[in-house]
Amino acid sequence: MQISDQLTQYLFSGLATGAIYALIGLGFAIIYNATGIINFAQGEFVMLGGMFTVTLINTTGLHPGVAVPCAIILTTVVGILFERLAIRPLKSATPLSLVIITIGGSILIRGIAMLFWDKDTHALPGFSGDEPITIYGASLMPQHLWIFAVTIVVIGMSKIFFSYTISGKAMRACSYNIRAASLIGIDVRRMVLFAFIISSAMGSLAGIIIAPLTMTSYDVGIMIGIKGFCAAIIGGMSSGFGTVLGGLLLGVLESLGAGLVSSGYKDAIAFVILLLILFIRPQGLFKKAETERV
Amino acid sequence: MKRELLKFLILAILVAILPTLLSGSYLVNVLIFVGIHTMLAVALNLLLGFAGQISLGHAGFFGLGAYASAILTTTYGINPWIAMVAAAVAVSLLAFAIGFPILKLKGHYLAMATLGLGIIFFIVFNEAVELTGGPSGFSGIPNLKIGSITFDNDLKNYGLIWLFTLVTVLLSVNLANSRIGRALRAIHDSEVAARVMGVNARLLKVQIFALSAGISAIAGSLYAHTMGFISPTSFGFNFSIELITMVIIGGLGSIYGSLIGAFILTILPEALRTFQDYDIIIYGIILILMTMFLPGGLVRGIPGLLARLRPADKQEEG
Amino acid sequence: MRTRLITGILSAVLLSVFLGSSLALAAEPIKIGGLFSVTGPASFLGEPERNTAQMVVDEINAAGGIKGRKLQLIAYDTQGDSTKAKQLVNKLIKNDKVVAIVGPSTTGDSMAIIGDVERAGIPLVSCAAGSKITDPVKKWVFKTAQNDGLAVEKIFDYLKKMKISHVAILTVSDGFGSSGREQLKAKAAKYGIKLVVDDTYGPKDTDMTPQLTKIRSSQAQAIICWGTNPGPAVIARNVKQLGIKLPLFMSHGVSSKKFIELAGDAAEGIILPSGRVIVSDVLPQQDKQKKSLISFVKDYQKHYKAEGDHFGGHAWDAIMLLKGAIERGGVTPAGIRDALEKTVNFAGIGGVFTFSRTDHAGLTKDAFVLVQVKNRDWALVK
Repeated sequence: MQISDQLTQYLFSGLATGAIYALIGLGFAIIYNATGIINFAQGEFVMLGGMFTVTLINTTGLHPGVAVPCAIILTTVVGILFERLAIRPLKSATPLSLVIITIGGSILIRGIAMLFWDKDTHALPGFSGDEPITIYGASLMPQHLWIFAVTIVVIGMSKIFFSYTISGKAMRACSYNIRAASLIGIDVRRMVLFAFIISSAMGSLAGIIIAPLTMTSYDVGIMIGIKGFCAAIIGGMSSGFGTVLGGLLLGVLESLGAGLVSSGYKDAIAFVILLLILFIRPQGLFKKAETERV
Repeated sequence: MKRELLKFLILAILVAILPTLLSGSYLVNVLIFVGIHTMLAVALNLLLGFAGQISLGHAGFFGLGAYASAILTTTYGINPWIAMVAAAVAVSLLAFAIGFPILKLKGHYLAMATLGLGIIFFIVFNEAVELTGGPSGFSGIPNLKIGSITFDNDLKNYGLIWLFTLVTVLLSVNLANSRIGRALRAIHDSEVAARVMGVNARLLKVQIFALSAGISAIAGSLYAHTMGFISPTSFGFNFSIELITMVIIGGLGSIYGSLIGAFILTILPEALRTFQDYDIIIYGIILILMTMFLPGGLVRGIPGLLARLRPADKQEEG
Repeated sequence: MRTRLITGILSAVLLSVFLGSSLALAAEPIKIGGLFSVTGPASFLGEPERNTAQMVVDEINAAGGIKGRKLQLIAYDTQGDSTKAKQLVNKLIKNDKVVAIVGPSTTGDSMAIIGDVERAGIPLVSCAAGSKITDPVKKWVFKTAQNDGLAVEKIFDYLKKMKISHVAILTVSDGFGSSGREQLKAKAAKYGIKLVVDDTYGPKDTDMTPQLTKIRSSQAQAIICWGTNPGPAVIARNVKQLGIKLPLFMSHGVSSKKFIELAGDAAEGIILPSGRVIVSDVLPQQDKQKKSLISFVKDYQKHYKAEGDHFGGHAWDAIMLLKGAIERGGVTPAGIRDALEKTVNFAGIGGVFTFSRTDHAGLTKDAFVLVQVKNRDWALVK
């Protein structure tokens, strides 16, 4: 086995994992940009997507092509309920209370999922079989290609949405200055709801396409949510390429860390690098510094 | 100032008579944990409530204190009291050093950074097996001793831990009412304004961060010496969240509120135990409802809530 | 799955009604404490354990109890957190005044409470595997889960027979994995085995190809993975993805049908040491444990509509051992302890137990059999 082959395998494994983080990070970034909220329940949307799909396919025997959209819709309904019941009624929405309430929401969703389903892990068959494919000496699963493809499509769609549609532009306006946005007639509350719809749908999509690889259970949302958040932070909370690059970077770092340095400390390595990035460039790697108005 | 003294005296008397009412009950043991949690919540509140800086990784400092004490006493045979002081100083210094870059961050970036810090500590507890015993834990930690008294039962530990807790509360109340406390609140409201007024905001924030970490480390040492056994599961992300919840429930910037928050969150599982697996759901609901309806915490929130209810009643009558 | 919940609630209600009405008639019940990690990361241990313990207690009571007295199980959830375990053991001892305790589920929780049961003088029958729970022997502490070391020896025996000397190990970084890793490292030299790669992975990790890539390019002739679901299933799939042809061994942590279901085709050919419970139907008639195994599997299926696994078996053994001890030694904690220590040749789920003054774990490596996954089912390795 050549060292170069090893490196390509680390690289591809890292990119594949990174694409997952990127997809989840995008969900964080979209809500943040429209509302200023860091949604700690984002990881739970990922979990719900996977669990709904597993249930629909295994118990009702639906065709995956039907089950996947159904699962996305169901998760989106949860996202809407969450926004309506917990976020909107909030009177004094300080950043801290928003952090706490979304953490509370994630605990609640996880708890309900544990009782509604069970504590077991569930598997989902791959969308296009389970025969590995070889690229430049590195092995990947067909599912990895799905992940790459979906990530690219999602970035493309969010680019179009934010640049060319009225709602997208309105959401961007909210992210710059909520008061100014509402002055020019943008319904800020509707934009918040919109953001939750988009990001819960996106989170569940991520959860569905990774389930065949990573399997799913009621508690997968915590760690994967943190990693997604991490990706978004490295990318400077952008709802486009920044976060994607952040996710890929995180994935590759972990993979190289596990393969070359120490598998036990690979997450620690990733987080130390995250801290360094934050210390040196608090605004994220791929974003220009902003001056703060007071 | 007299009122503060009175409040503190009432608390001290309560602490002194409670165990006689509960003698022999397992509740004394629960109250030991209330004490440790109070120290931690008060420490976090200094940072969160007064300086306005969030930390999602405080369980890490708690764990550092516990592991430092455990390793120094058990592996190297150092006197537990010396170990406790050494742990507290070392953790404070570490926090002081990390504090400068980390407290430059704001809002969610700070949340992410402290979260990451907590996870890094947790991974070290888990992975440095030769040092910490890894996931299966560290056992055989000696009890604390003063002269011929060994703190080896619930009642003695209760006394010891609540002594530390009361000292922490007293110091924090004094700090809050001092010049430093006012400067901290100024930072909380507007850092730039505070700086213009000649407050060295950056240094002050870092100092509070170090103090908060140091108190957490002492709580960790006490925890290690009373439990006799520690394992990484007690110092994870979940516990950081639990600590924040205690502070929020009690009210940001209210020292006695943190005590009440710690009390409720430690006793709550005892009450919820009859619900078995459902307790996690109830926990989540409490967090959400508290933030929605009592954002100022229980101590300040309940009078406010009552006041809001009362005029409404009158309107209905009238 | 919701039906399971509803039946759970219903049976709890019925049970409490039943207990309530019978309380007035019979003498005071014998209280036994239970500490299981029913929720949290080790729920895969705690849930079947609690279910089984409750089931066995109900059955003992239905058959008339012990010497005319009913058993009462007071079970709490430690959530796999040693702080909670510590609080709860105090509650069991001081508040509920139990005469013996079953559990906890994890080695960490067990180690956390040993000091308390020793001081209070209450016999503890742990359901965790870590060998340091009973090594060195503690007066009041026993255990039913097979020591990890025994499983390691079972695998190493086989490797020696196959003349494999270079091995890569991949263990999960939690209590189960680190205890296994310790034993793998400690026992390797005795069998002339060299560990060429010693890697770990996190319990929530979803891709282990980096570690396996490293193993692929090492001199390893076999891979031993030590973990509990879902990690090992991911590893089995990753091994297949990377086209690694080395024989893959797992631990007893995955000896349930769930593993085969999760790993799918990638599970084929994997060998692991396991308690006899998963192969109870193909065991020879003269096997000492067969009777216990069949009755456990049948009862569990009846009560919970699920496959009884060897984790539940640990609780079955613990309660049955206590039952025997109470019958012989009376209902005082000291009497139970002394009788427990004199237990000889008790054929349970985990193996045939013989406790003594110097051995509170009570099993030999015969407690394990090697099984291999063939056609999505378990087959005994001769």
